[in-house]
Amino acid sequence: MVKRHFDYEEKYKNLQGKFEELQELSRNLQFDLTDEFKLMEEKMKDIRDNKYQNLTPWEKILLSRHLERPTVRDYIQFIFDDWIELHGDRTYGDDRAVIGGIANFRGIPVTVLGHQKGRGTNENLENNFGMPHPEGYRKVERLILQAEKFKRPVLTFIDTPGAYPGVGAEERGQAGAIARVLMTLSSLKVPIISTVTGEGGSGGALALAVCDRLLMLSNSVFSVASAEACASIIWKDAGRAEEMAAALKLTARDIKELGVADEIIEEPMGGAHKDFEATAKNLQDRLCRNLKELLALESQELIQQRYTRLRQIGRFQEN
Amino acid sequence: MLKSAFGKQKLIPIPGSREYMERTEKDLGLGKCPSCSRRVSELELKENHKVCPDCQYHFSMTAWERIQLMADPGTFQEFNSDLRSLNILDFPGYDEKLDAAVNQTGLKEALVTGQCTISGYPVILGTMDSRFMMASMGSVVGEKVCRAVEMAGDLKIPLILCAASGGARMQEGMLSLMQMAKTSAVLDKFHRQGLLYMALLTNPTTGGVSASFASLADIILAEPGALIGFAGPRVIKQTISEILPADFQKAEFMLKHGMVDKIVNRLVLKDTVESLLRLHLGGNNG
Repeated sequence: MVKRHFDYEEKYKNLQGKFEELQELSRNLQFDLTDEFKLMEEKMKDIRDNKYQNLTPWEKILLSRHLERPTVRDYIQFIFDDWIELHGDRTYGDDRAVIGGIANFRGIPVTVLGHQKGRGTNENLENNFGMPHPEGYRKVERLILQAEKFKRPVLTFIDTPGAYPGVGAEERGQAGAIARVLMTLSSLKVPIISTVTGEGGSGGALALAVCDRLLMLSNSVFSVASAEACASIIWKDAGRAEEMAAALKLTARDIKELGVADEIIEEPMGGAHKDFEATAKNLQDRLCRNLKELLALESQELIQQRYTRLRQIGRFQEN
Repeated sequence: MLKSAFGKQKLIPIPGSREYMERTEKDLGLGKCPSCSRRVSELELKENHKVCPDCQYHFSMTAWERIQLMADPGTFQEFNSDLRSLNILDFPGYDEKLDAAVNQTGLKEALVTGQCTISGYPVILGTMDSRFMMASMGSVVGEKVCRAVEMAGDLKIPLILCAASGGARMQEGMLSLMQMAKTSAVLDKFHRQGLLYMALLTNPTTGGVSASFASLADIILAEPGALIGFAGPRVIKQTISEILPADFQKAEFMLKHGMVDKIVNRLVLKDTVESLLRLHLGGNNG
């Protein structure tokens, strides 16, 4: 049976509860066990720290999808000032699974785009669990071209299981909408920095990840398709998702080793939701530093570097 | 009825899905048309470019059959034929799958690219072969697409890619996903040169290939009945648990919804491509 929920914190909490009971009991019985308790407490903390430093890829997937994990909107509201959301693709509708707008980033006007999952069932339904339709990608295309026109850097945030697989999405051209965003971003004349904050799933995530710098939060993942889908397609057994998660090499560290991600932003112990402000602040600083570096480049140089970066991806033998 | 035709593994075959295709080839061989059940001899099929003489069902074509159909005889010069895939992630079973595909098809990868003439017009032609791991796109397919585009750009001649693919090569993980971005970037450059790119979508064109280079052509042609889309019908069915429209994601459906320019019967494919090349004055605009 595949574990579907990251429950380590609950287990830890239970343990801590029992520990406190024990402390209470010892006080009532007037045993002085202060030193022993101190030792035990340290040990517990060690075990927890150790756990978080050695999460399996599947546990990272579960953590990246954690219900309490900060959403892209949380990051946007913390990191930027004067955030004004802009809506719609001017053709069909406004996709709530991907949000976009203009904001002020430490004095620089920027265009911000990101997948938006919801918190709780209602919000998640409204945002379609962060799975965009073609109109979402057309909104992205519209806003990145607008960013280019006004010479605004583009900052994107990635957190999606993938583009929505549905009848309407196919009827309205999901494949073409994603392809055009990939092509437009590849030669956009302004700096693009992308951050994977949670789940990076397949082409639907990639459409926001064609960039000059790719940052990943330490518990985020980026995968060609979900581990469940890969297991069911390749091994005909969705129950082997955990094994597949390891085979796909999808953790932030793996993606950096493959030369696709540039930087990993360490999350606090227990994940980004344990200390949102520290995570967001850290991310803000890293975005700022990277943006400064990119803004120092001439537009032609920037595009050339991005092209080289994309063009060299892949490993094969030739003889 | 379906049950008897397709064995008893599954009651409802989903056209275009991996299993359906494999079963069609395996169970029926080339002796019987899967659409109208007419008996067709191999010779008959060969002479008719693997199109059923009765119902016009288009059988899958191998990469080299497609080249024979499109290129002027004796003109096709393959390039980059020595690119081989690596098991970059140490993915369990990938080496064996690659070996099996190489042995089965005699190809080194799922895409054959080269230069040829079509009715006298010089072009760069690439054809995918769905027998090779469902012509999924890994590092090699992505690289070969890019080199073909660059070759067409250097020579200032049109590019024609015949797509057939189940999507990204999952065994290469993130590097296969990134091939979507890579091929799109290279095509962006190509388009800026003012050169002509035509894509032919054949059965099936889905996933990472449809959401990158296959959708970025100036003119998108499709073969009748070809499955075309982003998500495969099986995934969609699982997601929405509804019955899908009968012609869902077929070339005809995609034409109706504005996703392809024209559906071309294989028997007039070369003529159509020739006309398009002529209308672009050979496509040499550089």
